[in-house]
Amino acid sequence: MNLQQKRRRKDQLFAVVCFVSTIVSIVLLALLLCDIFIKGFSWLSWDFICSYPSRFPERAGIKSALWGSIWLILLTAALALPMGVSAAIYLEEYAPRSRLTKIIEINIFNLAGVPSVVYGILGLALFVRGLSLGKSLIAGALTLSLLILPIIIISTKEALGAVPESLREASYGLGASRWQTIRYQVLPSAMPWILTGNILALSRAIGETAPLIMIGALTFVAFTPQTPLDPFTAMPIQIFNWISRPQPEFADIASAAIIVLLLVLLTMNAAAIILRRKYQKKLQG
Amino acid sequence: MNHEEIEISVKNMNLWYADNHALKNINMDIPRRKITALIGPSGCGKTSFIRCINRMNDLIPTVRTEGEMLLNNENINHKDIDVVSLRKKVGMVFQKPNPFPSSIFENVAYGPRIHGEKNKQQLAQIVEESLKNAALWDEVRDRIDRSALSLSGGQQQRLCIARTLAVHPDIILLDEPCSALDPVSTSKIEDLMVKLKEHYTIIIVTHNMQQAARVSDYTAFFLHGELIEFDETKKLFKKPKEKSTEDYITGRFG
Repeated sequence: MNLQQKRRRKDQLFAVVCFVSTIVSIVLLALLLCDIFIKGFSWLSWDFICSYPSRFPERAGIKSALWGSIWLILLTAALALPMGVSAAIYLEEYAPRSRLTKIIEINIFNLAGVPSVVYGILGLALFVRGLSLGKSLIAGALTLSLLILPIIIISTKEALGAVPESLREASYGLGASRWQTIRYQVLPSAMPWILTGNILALSRAIGETAPLIMIGALTFVAFTPQTPLDPFTAMPIQIFNWISRPQPEFADIASAAIIVLLLVLLTMNAAAIILRRKYQKKLQG
Repeated sequence: MNHEEIEISVKNMNLWYADNHALKNINMDIPRRKITALIGPSGCGKTSFIRCINRMNDLIPTVRTEGEMLLNNENINHKDIDVVSLRKKVGMVFQKPNPFPSSIFENVAYGPRIHGEKNKQQLAQIVEESLKNAALWDEVRDRIDRSALSLSGGQQQRLCIARTLAVHPDIILLDEPCSALDPVSTSKIEDLMVKLKEHYTIIIVTHNMQQAARVSDYTAFFLHGELIEFDETKKLFKKPKEKSTEDYITGRFG
């Protein structure tokens, strides 16, 4: 076998390995989704979305969990987005390129890899007990904010870093201050990518279970929260609760809840894509 | 050049990128309302020099400068100088056209707006006037709200000049403004420069010696971070005093 044949053989082998990996992951995902849809679809109804949980399967609904998740995500967004984006702006545009900045940046990367249950323990000690916020929505939102802050900072920083230097120079060259340059040129240009990164980070928060269990979010809530200080449940917790029950019907109800959760996630991701398209169009005219 | 009015007086200017001594003891008087061309091979320090005049080097963290650069008897190389108002007085056009990703109107209106002009009529007037002065108005008058990125490279570069004119600078720095353009666009920009020198002091970095010979009144030749020769363009090209200047302009190196 000459060299050329060997090379071609390797090339083909590599392509096959990649193809098989792709197919395996797609098939597994498809099987999982099929299973969930077959089990859960018949339970999906408007009543399911508008009812509180119940110990009778036919009356159980996801209302309190859905509302809990919506509250949670809005609060988390309100807390984490301004802080994360500001931190990223500071690190990318203002901070001196010193060793300290480097160390801080590396540690933010490390924080993004910390298991979420650890954030749950921190939230329990700091927010639930330390600040005496109890098992409230705001404690949950603060915990989830901590969890996604590193992701928001990293993705925003990357978005800002991708803005061409020539754009900054053009603005500075006209006598713009640093704030004006950031506000009128850098942020608008980076906005599509900042939005995408932030929405994906929020999608991660909405699917988190472990930290919420750690801070003691309730698993059976028969009311919707009215203020950020109310106790709450969230969709992943409700799903976890239903799956751990002995009655087989509840496993199917959990599947229905998973479909609702997936729909919420898909809506958020679609929003990210639409917003990005819209901004890109606006920039390119 | 005793008979010329001086716009910028450079005294013992030095610049380092970390340990790299990129400008060595530059002394130079740049005349008012003339075109001064800076020539020399790549890496000779001409771009570093031009970026000292509007303190654009401040954006590079490793840069260190020493010496004086006097503009209206004020040392603009002093650390307490307000770079924002300096850059309002000293406009810059870059090597690659870099319009903002917004409309033609917004590109030109941005400068006056950040300096506090809010009146819409006033802004519209400044935009029209600047585009006319940059010889672009006739080509874009009916699509002023279209994206600046829809313009050709040459038009984009004239838009960048218009954008600079809109903040009413005294000095315009052009850093190889034609290097990314075709010959037709290049000659349009050269004509424009000659027209603009009535009102502005123009300093242009160029790799194109014919361009320096065609448009400039004075030429400075840089080599290895030193100013080798600075004279009237006619004299410098016809009868260079230094051997290395002659070698460079006759194409023996660079």
